[in-house]
Amino acid sequence: MEAHSSEVFVIGLTVFFLACIIGYYVVWSVTPALHSPLMGVTNAISSVIIVGAILAAGPQGFDTSKIFGLIGVVLASVNIFGGFLVTYRMLSMFKKKTKKTKEKE
Amino acid sequence: MVAILYLISALLFIFALRGLSHPESSRMGNIFGVIGMIIAVFTTLMFKSVLSYYEIGAAILIGGAIGSFIALRIEMTALPQLVAAFHSLVGLAAVFVAAAAFYDPVAFSIGKVGSIKTASLVEMSIGTFIGAITFSGSVLAFGKLQGTISGKPIVFKFQHLINALIFILIIFLIVLFVINQSPTIFWTIVIISILLGFLVVIPIGGADMPVVVSMLNSYSGWAACGIGFTLSNNLLIITGALVGASGAILSYIMSKGMNRSIINVVLGGFGGEQDTSASKDNSDKIVKQGNAEDAAYIMKNADSVIIVPGYGMAVAQAQHALREMGDILKKEGIEVRYAIHPVAGRMPGHMNVLLAEANVPYEEVLELDEINHDFPMTEVSFVIGANDVTNPAAKTDESSPIFGMPILDVEKSQSVLFVKRSMATGYSGVDNELFYRDNTTMLFGDAKKMCEDIVKSLSA
Repeated sequence: MEAHSSEVFVIGLTVFFLACIIGYYVVWSVTPALHSPLMGVTNAISSVIIVGAILAAGPQGFDTSKIFGLIGVVLASVNIFGGFLVTYRMLSMFKKKTKKTKEKE
Repeated sequence: MVAILYLISALLFIFALRGLSHPESSRMGNIFGVIGMIIAVFTTLMFKSVLSYYEIGAAILIGGAIGSFIALRIEMTALPQLVAAFHSLVGLAAVFVAAAAFYDPVAFSIGKVGSIKTASLVEMSIGTFIGAITFSGSVLAFGKLQGTISGKPIVFKFQHLINALIFILIIFLIVLFVINQSPTIFWTIVIISILLGFLVVIPIGGADMPVVVSMLNSYSGWAACGIGFTLSNNLLIITGALVGASGAILSYIMSKGMNRSIINVVLGGFGGEQDTSASKDNSDKIVKQGNAEDAAYIMKNADSVIIVPGYGMAVAQAQHALREMGDILKKEGIEVRYAIHPVAGRMPGHMNVLLAEANVPYEEVLELDEINHDFPMTEVSFVIGANDVTNPAAKTDESSPIFGMPILDVEKSQSVLFVKRSMATGYSGVDNELFYRDNTTMLFGDAKKMCEDIVKSLSA
């Protein structure tokens, strides 16, 4: 975390491209029927940006940066709770219906 | 230790997406996502510099309460606008985090006020730029989906030129910002990016919203990525890239479902109400009109029925009545299946969720390429609230704006029932020749009411 040298940037870039490739394959494997829940989940996890907001809100005392951080935490939390819950609601509708007895809970 | 915990969290996010490959594994996937998020938050709270637990805890509680309340109360038909609203929050959060990093670079170890490292400044401003666009674009998309703003595309002269100029201006401002690190320029970038977000979404029509919502989904990921680079945080970079890739792929699938390039959708202005000539040509053609009893009779005497739902079903909240109708038909020994076009509804997978809400088993709900070859063997196609996605002009009429779009071949089934409010054209403004065919029966009325009436006739 210390130095923001070009090396750090290149590592970040490496991680970025590898993650894009993983994302590409994982997302293509998602069944089209679940594309709405996919949006819900991605929405929730993109709010991992809360990590940055917590760092900004972390220090004691009150300054501009801290207020921005706290607002960021609130906004991201709305998304995290909202995103995961709405996905949960959607997914519970996709449970196996009475048709077959292969009920998996 | 921190890096390892973040890595675990990132892996859990990947598993969360992976779980969505099948409905049965998806719920576990969602739980992985929640665990990943909990790990990420608690790991960050353990940082030495993070001391104000009460304030942060309160902020999480406030946000969490609002988010939970909304998520538990929302109607499933309102999902597209909810998702749009959530995207706007991610964008806004990205802007605030970037602003916080700008005002207190020490907390993020990226330098001191007035002498922030150049690389961080670039990353920060890109994160801000994408975040702000995501924010305003999503707000506008929300308005269009909710109906607060007209869903019609708004086009004006030199639209694309203006957008391009604004974009160049923003790049120029970013360069300026990196050089002099002025707060004024930072906020100017924010404001102009917000403006650009509005301008980008304004020309895009209501039915192109699946693409827009997916694109904004993608942007929100890239914004998180930008912040991840600023903070040299791999978790943010990985997650942002996953989300960005996901949204991009969804946009691609949606555009392909309309046989249009993403660029074409983004440039917008498609559809609208300008097209009256086509419908005039057909004014002398005869439409066979029927009522609920006719529909019930036709379906009762069939062996197989394929139901094609569209946005009209969502608007009328007809999914429950529709399922009831399907159940009765199944009890009569009729094979009932549902065919979903990739762009049916206002967001990817919209129809699937609504049918699932109405307890339709997902095995009966099939995608275009799974079911399209079954239409010739099908006796009745029951089209409810869909239009363009069944229009044979997409195959035959090269001059049609929807030419080349993959369609559901309902025309190949022995008879077609169309539930529609009126003879109005679909969003593309194209008349549908299917309406005038001999084997087509038009059922005019509210989709929900019509299904209920058919149910009555069937059980009578």
